[in-house]
Amino acid sequence: MQQIDPMVFVAVFQEMLGLAFWPLIGFILLMVVAVAGIVIRDGRISPRRLVFAQGLGAFGGILAVWAMLWFTSSRATDLLGGPIDWLLTLAIAAAGVIGGAMIVYVALSFGPTSARRSPAP
Amino acid sequence: MASSTERDLTRRSALRLALAGVAAAGWARPGEAAAKVATKARIVIAGAGAAGLAAASRLTQRLDGAQITLIDARRAHFYQPGFTLVAAGLKPKSYAIGATRDYVAAGATLVEDRVVAFHPESNVVVTAGGQRFGYDFLIVATGLQLDYAAIEGMDTRLIGVDGIGSVYGGPDAAEATWRELARFVERGGVGLFHRPETEMKCAGAPLKYAFIADDRLRRAETRRKAELIYAAQNKTLFSVPIVSEKVRMLFEERQIRMAHDHVMTAIDPGRRVATFKTPQGRTEIGYDFVNVIPPMRAPDPVRSSALAWQSGIFAADGWMEVDPATLRHRRFPNVFGIGDVAGVPKGKTAASVKWQVPVAVDHLVASLQGRVSEAAYNGYTSCPLITRIGRAMLVEFDYGNNLTPSFPGVIAPLEELWVSWVMKDIALKPTYLAMLRGQA
Repeated sequence: MQQIDPMVFVAVFQEMLGLAFWPLIGFILLMVVAVAGIVIRDGRISPRRLVFAQGLGAFGGILAVWAMLWFTSSRATDLLGGPIDWLLTLAIAAAGVIGGAMIVYVALSFGPTSARRSPAP
Repeated sequence: MASSTERDLTRRSALRLALAGVAAAGWARPGEAAAKVATKARIVIAGAGAAGLAAASRLTQRLDGAQITLIDARRAHFYQPGFTLVAAGLKPKSYAIGATRDYVAAGATLVEDRVVAFHPESNVVVTAGGQRFGYDFLIVATGLQLDYAAIEGMDTRLIGVDGIGSVYGGPDAAEATWRELARFVERGGVGLFHRPETEMKCAGAPLKYAFIADDRLRRAETRRKAELIYAAQNKTLFSVPIVSEKVRMLFEERQIRMAHDHVMTAIDPGRRVATFKTPQGRTEIGYDFVNVIPPMRAPDPVRSSALAWQSGIFAADGWMEVDPATLRHRRFPNVFGIGDVAGVPKGKTAASVKWQVPVAVDHLVASLQGRVSEAAYNGYTSCPLITRIGRAMLVEFDYGNNLTPSFPGVIAPLEELWVSWVMKDIALKPTYLAMLRGQA
């Protein structure tokens, strides 16, 4: 390749995800805005919710790696090809953990009594 | 105090400057960075495969008012890099089939007909339907033809019958090849793989399929029931020496036996025997499964025209006589040859098309503008060489057999990596489709 053009990545991801591309981008942005809004609303990050979100987020990481293996007809042993494979696996897992944790944190924060019952650390 | 007109102009200039900055930073889509060139030129593109469609997209981005005509009779578009995955039993055949019309750029016209004669001396092409198209510029992107008849006893109707497969034959053939391979994996026997001695598209594909067969056998725990033979057309396994040597090491490790200087000349489906031409004379190899890869040549209308090489190594099969760096015809300067039909040392892959098209288009546009383009194609091509399902080597190289890794120090070209497989499996097709639209 002679150059890296960020718009090429956008075009490629659009082809990859089809109609789901923009809704997915919208959902990710919505989650980021929601987490930021909740932190501002509460004036802090609720440690209880954070621990819970991180715990469930770990499943998101496992799910992300599993889904990637499934989509690519790969086996777990294929992940051990070299350092770049370990890094890619970690990146996929991290995306799953962060994404999962954000969704859980937002869900907990919108619970009926979440704002009032968040215990002090 | 500046007048409102002056303020507007300043604002416009500032905006233009900002946009130029964005473009310089690489954020603009191809073709958006420069203003369109106004022209009434008639441009005919023969062939609406990967190269033809991508060229039409790029031209419509660069030109305003040009009459761009794509000529191709086939309504289905084949994503050919997907054939291997179909034949590996990983994707349905629909994965490799699209509709040509869906990728024709707005501003270009598709004529569903076939060019049967090129008359570069009079700037005319003639179609099977009897239409004549005059042109100011011609882009030949007809692809190549698979010459199954050159293998005595071979017929495309045999694909999918009695152990005969042929990954290159199209989506149906790739699917039929998988059925035959699956049967072979169950029963075992001799699996025979080879390649022709002509130029061919994606010379890594025959190797990939031998690796896939080995992997399928190992997964099914029937490897010990099978013997795999790879019959190479010369003393190497791949045109790039360093890659050839790596493949040799892997073949030895996987116990895939290698036979060199073997060119398939005949097949006897009844006896399940293939005949090869070797320096020692003819030799026969029996098979229970064979992936037949026919000789490949330029399509007859190109071969029989003045566009073909008249002498040299590309003349016999009629490849187009183009400059390897500019893809411009060496005798007819208003004609370009891109994709499989181009008579250049390497580059019959979709990755080559991706880098050839912008170069050829820039030279064409430069001719319209009366300038000289500096764009040059260095023979770059890429082969995600599958070595087992879930692993591949991302081999990239140029005319000079140099490795040209896109991610040096990160993705090692001669390592069997999952990341390279992931690229082949999920990123290549979207990149290819974006290329057809002129966006990648």
